[in-house]
Amino acid sequence: MKLPLNIEIAKSLLLARWKQTLVAAIGVTFSITMFITLLSFMTGLNDLLDGLILNRTAHVRIYNELKPTETQPIEKATGFAGFHHFVRSIKATNARLDILNSSAIIKSLKADPRVLGVSPKVSAQVFFNAGNVDITGTVNGIDVDAEVRLYSFADYMVAGDYSDLKNIPNTIVLGKPLAAKLMVQLGDRVTVVTQQGEQFQLKVVGLYQSGLQDFDKTQSFASLITVQKILSKPSSYLTDIAVKVKNLPEAPALATEFRKVYNTDAVDIQTANAQFETGTFIRTLIAYAVGITLLIVAGFGIYNILNMMIYEKMDSIAILKATGFSGPDVRLIFLFIALSIGLFGGVTGLMFGFLLSAVIDQVPFVTEALPTVKTYPINYNPWFYFIGITFSLFTTYFAGLFPALKASSIDPVVIIRGK
Amino acid sequence: MRVVLEAKHITKKFTDPVEMKVLTDVSFQIKRGEFVSVVGKSGCGKSTLLYVLSTMDTDYEGEVWIDGESMVKKSERELAQVRNAKIGFVFQFHYLLNEFSVLHNVMLPGLKLKSYSDEEVEQRAYARLQQLHIEHLANKRANQLSGGEKQRVAIARALINDPIIVMGDEPTGNLDNKNTETVFGIFQQLAEQYQQTLLIVTHDQSFAAKTHRVIAMADGRVI
Repeated sequence: MKLPLNIEIAKSLLLARWKQTLVAAIGVTFSITMFITLLSFMTGLNDLLDGLILNRTAHVRIYNELKPTETQPIEKATGFAGFHHFVRSIKATNARLDILNSSAIIKSLKADPRVLGVSPKVSAQVFFNAGNVDITGTVNGIDVDAEVRLYSFADYMVAGDYSDLKNIPNTIVLGKPLAAKLMVQLGDRVTVVTQQGEQFQLKVVGLYQSGLQDFDKTQSFASLITVQKILSKPSSYLTDIAVKVKNLPEAPALATEFRKVYNTDAVDIQTANAQFETGTFIRTLIAYAVGITLLIVAGFGIYNILNMMIYEKMDSIAILKATGFSGPDVRLIFLFIALSIGLFGGVTGLMFGFLLSAVIDQVPFVTEALPTVKTYPINYNPWFYFIGITFSLFTTYFAGLFPALKASSIDPVVIIRGK
Repeated sequence: MRVVLEAKHITKKFTDPVEMKVLTDVSFQIKRGEFVSVVGKSGCGKSTLLYVLSTMDTDYEGEVWIDGESMVKKSERELAQVRNAKIGFVFQFHYLLNEFSVLHNVMLPGLKLKSYSDEEVEQRAYARLQQLHIEHLANKRANQLSGGEKQRVAIARALINDPIIVMGDEPTGNLDNKNTETVFGIFQQLAEQYQQTLLIVTHDQSFAAKTHRVIAMADGRVI
């Protein structure tokens, strides 16, 4: 292939000192490899940790909170309007915990285009009876299919089959530590006592492990109907509606809207878990900072090598200028040298980065807390590769620019007369 | 005869470390086909004059006219273009690029000029090597050549674009007697046979004596 003259000269200069070129390129390769690996690994871990929260938390949770009425009767009395009211010792009444008109709310949520899925819940405070001891816990009545689809319920089942929960009546899935405490196994029966004192026998069809020990010690799951039966409530009795939205950042706005429209309480994930977002942000920031530092260090390497090359090639630059190559030509030659080091080093770096992260992806990572994770998590986001190659070209361009400007401003007379 | 190169009242000062005039009101003309040598003692400003005339040094007062064009107020890129198309250089040191073959070294200014296709430039470069009887070196690398051979390659490179003037700064300064003879022979042949205009700076009196015209300089003036 016929290359432009300046590029051909650059190529010859590069290949004439191929060892030096290789060292510079390896510097770039190394930093891009580390950049890709680090980001893939760090964000992989991030996603895993985020998943712990996101997979099990409703984006918007609709519920009824027990609290004193906001509008006290005296405020409605016209005779006292405009006065300041002193009402002491306000208490909450025994208001209903369930969501009013729940089936209509679910129907309208399902029709909402911004909503990905809806999962109704009934939670009941109970005692698990184990011999003489009563262990407090919660039975969550869930729509099994919706939970599996929206909150990866099946992933967190460490024993048993989730479909038994909906197909066999009076069944329960216990948190693994809770089951251990109750000394029950799959197929055994547990006795559940409600706050009203009623007893129920439920068959254990599965064990559940979320990774949060305290959560698993008290939680258990049963079908909606089972829990409604335990509480002696009708099938319209729902205490929570968990909504998964399509666009996560929209959640706070939707929560506000639902609160108004359905006249209930609603909380969004951002408000409920503010600390988790901060953690994610800081971890990502650190990963990027380390990666970019690596690239800048590689940039200095290229800068040094090009600078040295220019001192070595002073004579050549002088004669090129004497025979009619202009300053911009010389600048182009050296920029081309820098960019080809950046491109070559960058592309190899991307490949090695991919390979290294693929290797890390195979390293076993077994932890009690995370039953679904078997190896270290890696995030193969193409975006990192794009940033990596862009930044390697960017760094090498600037690392090459200053030596190139220097080369282009070399005065051939000074060199030639200096001999 | 057409005037190829004209210096009009050229004055040049060095300001570092102290102000010093190196060229004072230098004026002369070189016509087509002339073989001119500039002589003078070391430090009389003859090389400085050559670099002013070559357009590489732009820091001077007065005017340089090459081929009927003033070089004053031309941009760096335009001056590079003039050097490429109209001037051939031979320096004391050969300045060949070790990364390229001899043939490619000769071709470089021609490839830059682009008035011929690459194949034609190659043929012309080879013809120039033949003219100087060094065609057998065409595929060698520049650093495999002897001093005399390198200087002959440098001359071939200077001639590749058919320059209107060839300038030399002590082209025989680094060569032994035999090679000096050869190089002078080449210059003479160029002048006699091809009517090539030549401007050679030298301190070798015997070399100068054999040229058509001698410009003698002392203390920055033509005498």
